[in-house]
Amino acid sequence: MAVLNDRRYLKSHEWHKLDGDICTIGITQFAADALTDVTYVSLPAAGKEVSAGKPFGEIESVKATSDLVSGVTGVVAEVNSKLNDSPDLVNSDPAGGLDDQGEALRQVRFRKAPVCRRL
Amino acid sequence: MLKTPLNDTHKRLGARLVEFGGWEMPVMYRGINDEHVYTRTAASIFDVSHMGRLKFTGDDAEKFLDKVCTRNIAKVAVGKSAYSHVCNEQGCILDDVIVSRFKDHLYMVCNAGNREKIVAHLKKHIEGMKVKMEDLTTGTVMFAIQGPAVLPLFKEQSDKLPIKVPEIPRYGCFGGSYMGMGYTVFRSGYTGEDGFEFVLPAMAGVLVWDFFTKDGGPDRATIKPAGLGARDTLRLEAGMPLYGHELSEHVNSLAAGCKWCVDLNKDYVGSAALRKFDSDGLRFKMTGLALEGRRIARQGSKILSEGREVGEVTSGTLSPTLGKSIAMGYVETALSNSEAKLAVDVSGTPIPATVVGLPFYRRQ
Repeated sequence: MAVLNDRRYLKSHEWHKLDGDICTIGITQFAADALTDVTYVSLPAAGKEVSAGKPFGEIESVKATSDLVSGVTGVVAEVNSKLNDSPDLVNSDPAGGLDDQGEALRQVRFRKAPVCRRL
Repeated sequence: MLKTPLNDTHKRLGARLVEFGGWEMPVMYRGINDEHVYTRTAASIFDVSHMGRLKFTGDDAEKFLDKVCTRNIAKVAVGKSAYSHVCNEQGCILDDVIVSRFKDHLYMVCNAGNREKIVAHLKKHIEGMKVKMEDLTTGTVMFAIQGPAVLPLFKEQSDKLPIKVPEIPRYGCFGGSYMGMGYTVFRSGYTGEDGFEFVLPAMAGVLVWDFFTKDGGPDRATIKPAGLGARDTLRLEAGMPLYGHELSEHVNSLAAGCKWCVDLNKDYVGSAALRKFDSDGLRFKMTGLALEGRRIARQGSKILSEGREVGEVTSGTLSPTLGKSIAMGYVETALSNSEAKLAVDVSGTPIPATVVGLPFYRRQ
């Protein structure tokens, strides 16, 4: 499994990709495979504050429910609303590449992400 | 950790292996959902060699099993299998088993994680009886082939097989020997689909698994492997209880909704307690629930009614066949009806739920 060098990781398998002051967070392919078929993703609403090292949402699969942990402190700018209807996108492309419409499959985007050194 | 004779086969097939009941078992090969859907629409093969297999011979074999089983074993005819519980003196469940009768012996399949406990329990009650109990688990392979394509496939291939597999009736069993190799076939399973379960000597079992999973050509349904993950979601849709979830030493067979396998008119370990439960009534009852939305209720999730805790979930999943969140659990008897307004606490959020009859899925 290739490790993507354009992002930094938490031990709990969330990846963080910094682009200007926006930090995008997702989970690794390894975590997606370990979870098996993802059935539900609970994400915070835009505007909600999140803290480094703290859970900000939950991800459910047939086998288990796991916390999603943020490595950064910030305010949620946007979440990938497609995950409401198609949580299986986490399995098919957890690294947040491009979908068939050429759109980025963002998991969560944070505005203001100054604490990246904690990753 | 114990390994089944098919362990190398699973590794070759790219299975993800996990510990289950003291055994290293495949939880999935291609994906739980994929394997689930394939079993409902075609045919899957499951390694269930971890299940305990006990053989009973001797003059008192039937009398002995009637002393430890809730089901009336004397009524089980040759060539038939019967689901039963084995209870403690309190009428609570030590294990759920399938007892089958062959011409010259009785046979019990028990849960992997309970095998040592059950063998010890049976040994305690075997004293003074003319019974020989043999544990055949480790020297044999057991696999289940399940799905709507199974019967047509066996009918089509019957000239290649030494046994008339399709002629075995539902909950029937057949044992024999072919070229010196002992075999046992059951018309049963744990998926809600029609199918068969085979027990073969270890070496032969590995070869027969390969024979059954060989590609039969484009116009023929192929039997594909499925793991314990799909087996769990399949049995849950079929409303079948699982030991360690719906069944345990904390619940009695009547509360578990298994009165149909409990004979209250014979004497056995736990019968007095079960008769008392039957006359006193039950506080909690095993119940099927349908939850709103896609979130999954987990074992231990609290069941609520108007904010009050009225029960606990034992199993839950997002049903691949129905596309709905389903669960089984124990609910106060008075609230175990379709009018009750219930909710399940999923990670602190109360999710509205309604009582639905079991099974959630019934094959056509």
